[in-house]
Amino acid sequence: MATSALPHADAHGHEHDLSFIRKYIFSTDHKIIGIQFLLLSLIGLFIGGLLAITLRWQLGFPGEAIPGGGILPETMAPGGILLPEFYNSLVTMHGTFMVFFAIMPLLVGVFGNYLIPLKIGAPDMAFPRLNMWSFWIALPATVLMISGFFMAGGHAAAGWTAYAPLSANPEWTGVSGGQKVWLLSIAILGMSSILGATNYITTVVNLRAPGMTWFRLPLSIWALFLTSILVLLAIPILSGAAIMLYFDQTIGTHFFDALDGGQPLLWQHLFWYFGHPEVYILILPAMGFVSDIISNNSRKPVFGYHSMIFAMLAIMGLGWIVWGHHMFQSGMNPALGTTFMVSTLLIAVPSAIKTFNWMGTMWRGNIRLNVPMLNAVAFVAMFVIGGLSGVFMAVTPVDIYIHDTYFIVAHIHYVLFGGSLFALFAAITFWYPKMFGRMMNSMIGKVHFWLTFLFYNLTFWPMHNLGIGGHMRRIYDPSEYEFLQPLQGMNTFITISAILLLTTQMLFALNFIMSWFNGEKASDNPWKDNGVEWTTPSPPPHGNFPTVPIVYRGPYEFSSPLVEEDFLPQTRKLEGDQEPGAAQNEGDR
Amino acid sequence: MGWILPEGFSTFAGDIDFLYYVVLVVTGIAFVIVELGIVIFLFKYRHRPGQKAHYTHGNNTAEVIWTAIPAVTVVVLGLMSGGLWAEIKGHESAPAGSIPYAVDGRQFEWNVTYAGLDGQLGTGDDFVVRNQLHVPVNQPVVLQLSAEDVIHSFFVPAFRVKQDAVPGMTIPVWFEATQTGEYEIACAELCGLGHYRMRAMVTVHTAEDFQQWVADQSAD
Repeated sequence: MATSALPHADAHGHEHDLSFIRKYIFSTDHKIIGIQFLLLSLIGLFIGGLLAITLRWQLGFPGEAIPGGGILPETMAPGGILLPEFYNSLVTMHGTFMVFFAIMPLLVGVFGNYLIPLKIGAPDMAFPRLNMWSFWIALPATVLMISGFFMAGGHAAAGWTAYAPLSANPEWTGVSGGQKVWLLSIAILGMSSILGATNYITTVVNLRAPGMTWFRLPLSIWALFLTSILVLLAIPILSGAAIMLYFDQTIGTHFFDALDGGQPLLWQHLFWYFGHPEVYILILPAMGFVSDIISNNSRKPVFGYHSMIFAMLAIMGLGWIVWGHHMFQSGMNPALGTTFMVSTLLIAVPSAIKTFNWMGTMWRGNIRLNVPMLNAVAFVAMFVIGGLSGVFMAVTPVDIYIHDTYFIVAHIHYVLFGGSLFALFAAITFWYPKMFGRMMNSMIGKVHFWLTFLFYNLTFWPMHNLGIGGHMRRIYDPSEYEFLQPLQGMNTFITISAILLLTTQMLFALNFIMSWFNGEKASDNPWKDNGVEWTTPSPPPHGNFPTVPIVYRGPYEFSSPLVEEDFLPQTRKLEGDQEPGAAQNEGDR
Repeated sequence: MGWILPEGFSTFAGDIDFLYYVVLVVTGIAFVIVELGIVIFLFKYRHRPGQKAHYTHGNNTAEVIWTAIPAVTVVVLGLMSGGLWAEIKGHESAPAGSIPYAVDGRQFEWNVTYAGLDGQLGTGDDFVVRNQLHVPVNQPVVLQLSAEDVIHSFFVPAFRVKQDAVPGMTIPVWFEATQTGEYEIACAELCGLGHYRMRAMVTVHTAEDFQQWVADQSAD
């Protein structure tokens, strides 16, 4: 059995000898590392939200001093009134923090780390020390990114997409140190992701417990596994492009600088070749968590488990050949517009399949509408809107009008907030008891959910209409244009909704912190789920399982006719169940 | 609220808008089916004492149906769109006889080069005007679009025209205005601190007024 060869079987006995620093700071335990990522990313999420509110203030109340703006320096907001260059920087850094320092680490760094070993029945990751490095590289990358705000000239201001030549030469933005720090931080953070992906892939391939065949893996693990392959292949492209852009800025290369023989469009191709797989990195894990949570709370198997995997594989594959849809109006050969339109329209199909399968899971279920379920169903309902708005952009002639308008901003936020973030609220609430040994408060959770759902839709739905009105993106003062002046009221409405939305998140933060100390103590399996993680104490000890778990069935045997209870754990042996062979954990049988 | 496009004033605006409305109807139907379905299921199948869930792992017929219908739908949308895209954006697709212009974007203005009285770009009677594009109504025009410094984007919402202006590239943009009047030009690609005020105007003249305007400009 592979277990006896695992390093932690030896370290297990020494666990109580570790110093506080080795146990909780420089830890190689995947659970501690997952929680470290959780705390870091929630800070990133908060920073991203603050940046959004600040830029929204200017759009909602143009030219008015922002409350508390007195603390901002004259170079950003003299008298509390935002300068256009600071506004551009806010827009850039909001996107940067949300994508790289909030959503991605929350989905992949937190839950990849926490769930994979527990749900496959392993004592830890394949490479626990490498895992520790993953976090300890991400932390300085975050600090470096934050330092950009304090640089002369301000932080990067060329958009989170950093298009060249605007981003390549300080002459065009007045930003020098900020953009450089941005590129370095992204490249360093990329290393953290690549190390993590290597670990996750190796762990899922090699450390599954006996009986945990590929087609008995929960969809959350499938999603994290496939996402890791995307990370491994896509992030190096971003890192390479970032280094090339850094060289353009510092050592006199001209990769992206047309004035000396370079190609501005090259940046876009490189960035979006990474960037499109990136958006699937930002949604696939969420889809996985939602499948687990909807099945659990419908007390029903996932409808179409194999179709769900097929759909994820299709998304993963097609995701590599759609990047040009970000570049329809870029000046690239128009013939490419047609080819990318076809691939982009096709990628709508697997997402549709998944949506119908989630509905099929709920159909004829026995639905418990607890906090994880509310958020998970909201994911489906909101993600679908984001997906449907994508169809407008895929149709290239329509994209001529809506490209670089608020219609795109609406789409982005319906998939990233309506999608990923609601899924994260669901996942954090669902796995919180396993992580911390306590339940989050359900009443606060429900109030947080309903208020968030309301203010979120009030904030982002009208952005579709702004886009239909022609409202461009990244515009400091729309009142410059007569055709945008009638839309000012909608901008103010959105800003007020956004402020209420951000304020509501205090409920989540309070619930998170208070429950850590005062929450109702959690049993091993408070949600009556089938996953292997619920067979351990809450929280699990170092090494996770006292003996190697044995898996007898798939993860979604809810309301099975074989037993009286409405759930049937993967590791519970019934009369007639065969022991898996020794080779079970080496591949699909 | 606000799903109706503002009026368009170019020959291909109507075709673009038609595609938009087709997509709006199709996605609207999908939206209603999914959202209504979710709400109905949440109510109809909510937990009640003694209720059991229906134990099933799925249904292959259902999978085939809800794969095929979206697939056919998107294929049809694609087939409906490809031709119009080529017609608008194809590099050789400006109608014969289109009046030539050059439009050059730079931080933070648009410089328009006119062909002058001889109707040819690159001759001695060309002249440049900042932030004003004058065209005759019901006549196709083709702009050779370029940029001096960073990427800008030439956007005329009323004509459904948008094209990124890229340093080092010259990209043809054609349209035919269908109504006289004044229409705003906006920059639609973040280009620096003045991006928000990179505004210009298209003035669509009658044919006679346009000739007169060109003559007046040339006399200066």
